Amino acid sequence: MGWLEGRWEESVVTTTLEQAINWARESSLWPMTFGLACCAIEMMATGASRYDLDRFGAGAFRATPRQADLMIVAGTVNFKMADRVRRLYNQMPEPKFVIAMGACTCGGGPYYKYGYNVVKGVDLIVPVDVYVPGCPPRPEALLEGLMRVQDKVRGMKELTRGQPIQLPVPKRTGEVLLPDELSTLEKANAFAGETKERAKPTKA
Amino acid sequence: MTPPEMLAQLATRFATIITLQAEALDPGITVAPEHLVEVMAYLRDDPALSFELLNCISGVDYLEPDPKKLAKCGFAPHLEVVYHLSSYTHRHRFVVKVMLPRWKGDQEGALPEVPTVSHLWRTADWHEREVYDLCGIHFTDHPDLRRILLAEDWEGYPLRKDYVYPLEYHGTRCR
Repeated sequence: MGWLEGRWEESVVTTTLEQAINWARESSLWPMTFGLACCAIEMMATGASRYDLDRFGAGAFRATPRQADLMIVAGTVNFKMADRVRRLYNQMPEPKFVIAMGACTCGGGPYYKYGYNVVKGVDLIVPVDVYVPGCPPRPEALLEGLMRVQDKVRGMKELTRGQPIQLPVPKRTGEVLLPDELSTLEKANAFAGETKERAKPTKA
Repeated sequence: MTPPEMLAQLATRFATIITLQAEALDPGITVAPEHLVEVMAYLRDDPALSFELLNCISGVDYLEPDPKKLAKCGFAPHLEVVYHLSSYTHRHRFVVKVMLPRWKGDQEGALPEVPTVSHLWRTADWHEREVYDLCGIHFTDHPDLRRILLAEDWEGYPLRKDYVYPLEYHGTRCR
């Protein structure tokens, strides 16, 4: 926007229409009321005053899929529910996003081996945008997952390029800062060799 | 009423058709399925017993699938239905068991049959549906015997020891 900016009086802000739409969309992600098991309690805690999902514009839990943009699948999905989950997902208007919350929805969780009736991950039923592992995840983790969905919305180029969604690159958190002795490959190899030497039993 | 008194009263009333289990942790009786309704109605209606409450109905599958442990397991393969009863007025409880073959007439797929007690206790309606759903026991004369927990078109009875886990359901893989 370089040549446009600052050419009008101070009260005029210039932006692209796409950025404005994405900004509006990411700040009003309405989730669907969709609690299936114990993760729903944590989702409710995220919506309550202490963690306050409404700070991110996602506190308006809708009781119908027609008004929702985001499906937070909170809890164990079994096969009897799976058909309903798929139907509810199909009833949501585009663009729609799915957060798989908790170990059960990410991949079956504790029911992976002996759960005869549990879907081994909700991504077998609907496409999942963000996985939030944990049993159940902390409210902070769900907020983090929501912010990753917002990153995804921000990367949407709906007007100019149809519907491709860029992969979200974590910006706020998620960076792992390595300690100084592991910062480069040579240093890390040297450190590993040193530790190996130190771990050898002495002959005395 | 203490458990020995209850057992003594039932032994005089139903001398031939019940088996007492006095030495068990929970005292109780074993009844053949054809006499079940008669005994249960007596347990509910007798003023000295008056079991108004049916706590639960459980299905138990006695089967040892491991051939190495089979010699030591100490039971022949069979199914059991266990009824736990309580009385509010007398504050005592009781256990009634029914022994069944794993399949009716030893034919694979033919469910063993027990008469329903849902006309005596309304609680039994859903409990019997659950036992039917998970253990595969057919309750005759039940008003509405459908699966209660699993999907309607589910195949097999998951809490049986020889249950084979499904590979897919409605196009979704199960493993």
